[in-house]
Amino acid sequence: MSAVLEVRDLSVALPAGGDRRRAVERVSFNVERGEIVCLVGESGSGKSVIAQALMGLLPPALPVTGGSILLEGEDVVKLRPERLRELRATRMSMVFQEPMTALNPVMTCGAQIDEVLRQHTRLAPGERRAKILDIVHEVALPDPERIVASYPHQLSGGQRQRIVIAMALVLEPVLLIADEPTTALDVTTQAQILKLIQELQARHGMGVLFITHDFGVVAEIAHRVAVLRLGEMVELGAKIEVLMRPQHFYTRMLIAAVPKVHPQGRSADASAPLVLETRGLSKTYVDRGWFSGRRAVNAADDVTLEVRRGQTLGIVGESGSGKSTVARCIVRLIDPSGGQIRLGGEDIATRSRAALRPLRRKVQIVFQDPYRSLNPRRTVGEAIIEGPRNYGLSRREALERARRLMELVRMDPGVLNRYPHQFSGGQRQRICIARALAMEPELLIADEAVSALDVSVQAQVLALFEEIRARLNLAMLFITHDLRVAAQVCDYVAVMSHGRIVEQGPALQVFGGPRHEYTRALFAAAPGRDFAFGAG
Amino acid sequence: MDADAFSVEAAGVRQHESAWRRLRRNWSVRIGGSVLVLLVAIALAAPLLGTVDPTLFDAGSRDLRPGMTGQITTLDGDTIPHRFLMGSDSFGRDIYSRVIYGARVSLSVGLLVALLALAFGISAGLGAGYLRWLDGVLMRFMDGLMAIPGILVAIALVALWRGSLTTVVIAIAIPEIPRVTRLVRSLVLSIREEPYVEAAVSLGTPTWKIMFGHILPNTIAPLIVQGTYICASAILLESILSFLGVGLPPDIPTWGNIMAEGRVQFNEYPHNVFFPGLFLAVTVLAVNILGDGLRDTLDPKMARRV
Repeated sequence: MSAVLEVRDLSVALPAGGDRRRAVERVSFNVERGEIVCLVGESGSGKSVIAQALMGLLPPALPVTGGSILLEGEDVVKLRPERLRELRATRMSMVFQEPMTALNPVMTCGAQIDEVLRQHTRLAPGERRAKILDIVHEVALPDPERIVASYPHQLSGGQRQRIVIAMALVLEPVLLIADEPTTALDVTTQAQILKLIQELQARHGMGVLFITHDFGVVAEIAHRVAVLRLGEMVELGAKIEVLMRPQHFYTRMLIAAVPKVHPQGRSADASAPLVLETRGLSKTYVDRGWFSGRRAVNAADDVTLEVRRGQTLGIVGESGSGKSTVARCIVRLIDPSGGQIRLGGEDIATRSRAALRPLRRKVQIVFQDPYRSLNPRRTVGEAIIEGPRNYGLSRREALERARRLMELVRMDPGVLNRYPHQFSGGQRQRICIARALAMEPELLIADEAVSALDVSVQAQVLALFEEIRARLNLAMLFITHDLRVAAQVCDYVAVMSHGRIVEQGPALQVFGGPRHEYTRALFAAAPGRDFAFGAG
Repeated sequence: MDADAFSVEAAGVRQHESAWRRLRRNWSVRIGGSVLVLLVAIALAAPLLGTVDPTLFDAGSRDLRPGMTGQITTLDGDTIPHRFLMGSDSFGRDIYSRVIYGARVSLSVGLLVALLALAFGISAGLGAGYLRWLDGVLMRFMDGLMAIPGILVAIALVALWRGSLTTVVIAIAIPEIPRVTRLVRSLVLSIREEPYVEAAVSLGTPTWKIMFGHILPNTIAPLIVQGTYICASAILLESILSFLGVGLPPDIPTWGNIMAEGRVQFNEYPHNVFFPGLFLAVTVLAVNILGDGLRDTLDPKMARRV
């Protein structure tokens, strides 16, 4: 056995008044040399708490109450702070989720790597410099000299994450802890970073503890998988075993909730009435400085698409591709710079606010962040009846409608007088859907509406969207960065990149044989695309 | 709902404590609030606390030290014996009565200035933050207002309208308005980007309803905190104005007036300055402690913003 890390019966307490007694309850696992162990769980499962415990970074409110963490035989729990500081970076190091906040914005990347070396080694400046260039080269950053001299804001998200990884690995630790290192990145960047971690791990033979909520990533990178639920480890085993033949009901439920990457192939009626049609829709942001010249950014450029009744059009793309801009133009939260938005035959692209008002109710939108989509100072009942009341429905009738809608979105109508903070993210998203449906819209736009949700909740909300679309015969515009989600719900798919639609067509066709180069790259980057979850 | 039972998330719903309960547990709020309540009670009950009319004087009781007994002449011309708890000034007036009645002025000025500055600042800030066409004009006007020194505004107004409570309150409030406006505007600018505001727009909610129904209520917590700071600085500024002789007329007892009159004799009779100064310091401290407590409980992010 050459275990780099042995965690035995680790328990971490939660402060009184929490939703459970322990953040982590008697968790045991090993990480061997040259092995990647994935710690999977939904939010609140305690996976990040374990990472913090390993690094000795737990806040005082969350003390370790039992068990041991042996890093090459040394118990991290019992170590003096000075020794712990020595171990961090030299024997174990960590990569965080958000590369921008993990780096100091006022120091060059080189200086930040240098800081690690100065803290922990007695190397001469020249040797340090050579080592820095070496490691930057190793994390496959182009032109190390330039990168070392740049500030974090001058680099892209993927490059920043590479710098963070370089910092973590410069002293050749035996254990790398990666806490959701690719969650904030686009799918193509994510694929590159995952590949990089695998390569580095194989080359240096270190142990990696990789924390993620994404089973696609697990399928891509793990050797072994540990599944956490509410602070307890419910399953631990080889990747193939856990993903193909999960034993615990919770693992089975999670894996069943992972959307399939291949579209279902509903036959969509091409002659259904047109609800929304955009022609040459564009949005240009112009930046006119006092001293600089005019700079224009095409957030959306010549976007032409159509959505028919009872059908779902998915817009997929990476961040900055302009997919949300299109949605916000259609709802007229922002004014398009050109083109037409035809809603039931009428062009609303240039209508004034007042003239738009009667048509607003036809298009409703559900946003990404369930925690910010509801006014914290209003009850959910008030939120749902706001729209109908604006259009002249009496309070009593509106409340009656709200109760019916709450049942439709599988919530208890009795909770209408509660405030948003009393609900979970998934429940809030249901409330937002009810609020949108209260307007009896013809077109429902979901702007990354399931992206912030845990996979099991995501599956439920996706099923709800499907059910509502079928039951109310709604047209839906589904905006997502997640190809699996798009495959699950869309009849048609439009792929966007740099403000333009690069490919669109029936979901089966686009997913089955992508024609555009970008679409192919996007699909190839989807983690775990070839993995048949739970197929064993 | 049944499927939600499986989800980890369903178990994670927490009951939040109400803001009121958190407030009552905070020690800063408790201490600052209690002292302030006591001061308000003293100001309200001034006639019942063994005071005499603060304008009364008696030539025979000039420059008494604290605790000494002398006499005082009422408006009817009767002379009654009186114990001067905080001594008397060079006119033979009772410092204790003047300080206690002075609390009325100071607290009123603090409260009125805060209310006035908040009322104007909220209106202007909401307008500038939400109605973009108004922003440029309104904020340049506020910039101009901020460029005028507060004391100068006060002196000018008092010269124009002669000193009265209204004049002083307006004079102190004017320089505060741009600061409140800026705060409200910055809050509105961030809140208007919240998805729940955008949802209201797409629900066809009229602009004025969005401003007053969605945005304003979410700015209240930081504004209450800002209000306490304005209140404290207004109390201090009123004393400074009165001390300089450009505040309230000398016949109205305020802490600043009392200190101004005692200044000349400070070496022999320090009590003339000490007692009003003590009350002033305690009041401002209490309001500021209360403000800090409110900030910590109502708006933890505020600490970084102001």
